[in-house]
Amino acid sequence: MLKKEFIQTLRDPHTRWLLFGPALIQMFIFGYAATMEIKHVSVAVLDQDNTQESRELVSHFAASRYFHVSKYVARRDEIRDGIDRGDFLIGIEIDSGFAQRLRGGQGASVQVIVDSSNSNTALVALGYLSQVGATFAQNYQVDRIQRLSPQSVLFIPQVTLEERPWFNEGLLSEWYFVPGVLGNLMLILIMNLTAFAVVREREIGTLEQVMVTPIRRWEFIIGKTVPFFLIGCFDAAMLSLVGTFWFGVPLRGHIAVLALGVMVFLLAALGLGLLLSTLAVTQQQSMITAFFFTMPMSTLSGFGSPISSMPPFFQKLSYFNPLRHVVLILRSIFLKGVGLDILWPNMLLMAGFAALMLTVSILRFRKSLE
Amino acid sequence: MSWRRIVAMAHKEILQILRDPRSLLVILVIPLVQLFIFGYAVNLDVKHIPLCVYDQDGTQTSQDLLKHFQATEYFNIVSVLDSYKDVVRNIDHGVCSIAVVVPPQFAEDLHSNGQAKVQAILDASDSNSATIGMGYSQAIVQTYSSEIQVDWQQERGISAGAPNITFEPRTWFNEDLESMADLVPGVVAFVMAVVGAFLTSLTIAREWERGTMEQLISTPVGKLEIQIGKLFPYFLIGMADTAICAGIAVWWFDVPFRGSWLVLFGCSMLFLTVVLSLGYFISVTAKSQLGACQMALLATFLPTFLLSGFLFPIDQMPVVVQWITVVLPARYYVSILRNVFLKGSELRLLVGDIAALAAIAVLFVVLATRSFKKRLA
Repeated sequence: MLKKEFIQTLRDPHTRWLLFGPALIQMFIFGYAATMEIKHVSVAVLDQDNTQESRELVSHFAASRYFHVSKYVARRDEIRDGIDRGDFLIGIEIDSGFAQRLRGGQGASVQVIVDSSNSNTALVALGYLSQVGATFAQNYQVDRIQRLSPQSVLFIPQVTLEERPWFNEGLLSEWYFVPGVLGNLMLILIMNLTAFAVVREREIGTLEQVMVTPIRRWEFIIGKTVPFFLIGCFDAAMLSLVGTFWFGVPLRGHIAVLALGVMVFLLAALGLGLLLSTLAVTQQQSMITAFFFTMPMSTLSGFGSPISSMPPFFQKLSYFNPLRHVVLILRSIFLKGVGLDILWPNMLLMAGFAALMLTVSILRFRKSLE
Repeated sequence: MSWRRIVAMAHKEILQILRDPRSLLVILVIPLVQLFIFGYAVNLDVKHIPLCVYDQDGTQTSQDLLKHFQATEYFNIVSVLDSYKDVVRNIDHGVCSIAVVVPPQFAEDLHSNGQAKVQAILDASDSNSATIGMGYSQAIVQTYSSEIQVDWQQERGISAGAPNITFEPRTWFNEDLESMADLVPGVVAFVMAVVGAFLTSLTIAREWERGTMEQLISTPVGKLEIQIGKLFPYFLIGMADTAICAGIAVWWFDVPFRGSWLVLFGCSMLFLTVVLSLGYFISVTAKSQLGACQMALLATFLPTFLLSGFLFPIDQMPVVVQWITVVLPARYYVSILRNVFLKGSELRLLVGDIAALAAIAVLFVVLATRSFKKRLA
């Protein structure tokens, strides 16, 4: 049985390529394309004040690596046109009287127009803008105090924040995404393979042939799952190597814990895939059903958007999602370097899910024949 | 070309789809589920970041600073710690993603030589949230800093005031910065690409696998007739999915709709033509349903999800990846949809995108038609 499945899966070079190729390609594209950081966002400036202060503020923007002042405009509607056409994302309008207010020790306001059709970019850009503005204001205030009372400048109270980003010191997006991609690709691969496993036999009519042989139910299930399990392990190892050696993601935890986490997750995915395939009659059905499950699982895994920002209901729901656990486990092992002492609850939940799914699919399997 | 044969072919395909009502239902439900999940669960705005504080100073001044963290909606103080070891443990366990550590003698430093430092330790394994959280905490500390400077000036009779800058952001097109509004166009494109290419990629492959291809070949039906007849039912399903998505987005989630419905449906038809032809091409090439499905996944899921600008801004990608996106139909479709929903700009601004989409559509239709040979391999 084992041998038959192996031969069938690896028989033609086309399929063989399909088991490893897509995963690799996706890994590379994800590693390069998925970035939430923003750099060199193009900005247009309308400076109606035209004083030393306003020019100073603009040069603060130009100097930060987040913004790129691409155009100085003379009229307000040029900003509107440029944003409509997508020439730049942000327009900054400094009204006349800006410097006057600052010199009077008052707050001055600056209008910022942001193309928010991508809300994440807009949000991050606004954050950076106020950071640059706050730095400018701080420097300006210290300068003024220095001019008004030069002797006291050493004692101006100032609190600074030192940032220590742990685990990902360079705040690299790749480090964040690569472990998550690994989990997602495993899920898609396994769900696809298993979703087809049983159904194909039924559709081609070879399931009856298998049934007349003296094979037992659990033997059939094991025969079906072990090859996929091994393929999954191989793919996971391959992707981990790409992650560490190509993208430079550190592996700080123990490799055995990593292997254990991946294996438990593979079993959970196999169980779910098998269960779904016992429910379907045609390959098309089985594939659509698998897709129906993988999409929400991936969206709710905390892979792209943080779980802590989700409403409480979805946070609770995500405990039943093995992908959520494996993404957390992978990230923790790769970046944080923690071990089983911290990860055991997630491992246990995944193992429970796997046991449940596999049992139910073995039990369901006989019924599905009739 | 015979109209009658096309209708017969389409009729057979529709019967085959209708015979499996469960799949049909799932196809129509998938967009709904996706929309609701994106609408209710996915929130890219980072708020209520779990925060731990470790106050080694324990003075009025340090407590004042920490109160500033408590007062914003960006942070939730989840625990107050009293050793550095606890900080490490809490971050390791993921209890908090930021820990603010006030060093001993914070107040004394501030009063004697004016310079005081606070530490923010961030769990940067989620680099996006960490970056945003870092920005918020910087802003809080800077506000605090300028507040104490004002007090300090008053004590000494210096009147530099508090010159500060406030930004009045006006966010266009998506005024409330709702992730939902800008995700919807992406979800529509995504669902259409996947449904279109997935389903069609299986249709020819299934005929090969079941051996009914021989039967089809022996009939007088022409290859163009097969193509149109096979794709037409899926075209209808795709359009229904688009209508469902757009309707729910506008009436349930109150996503603005500022462009014209005509443009929306016209461009959706173009995009559907592209993905259906792509699926057809894949299914002709792959010959097994498993292979077809894997290839369709690679050709649609990935580009629409990652490279279309739906989640990740294209102009932030490496240049090579940006070149790749030039040939992706999803990129133009997402851009058109964003326009139609959020910007509602004039048609002349969309001409480029529509032309690109149309060109790709022609290319794919030709490719799909030529790939299918009406003979046994």
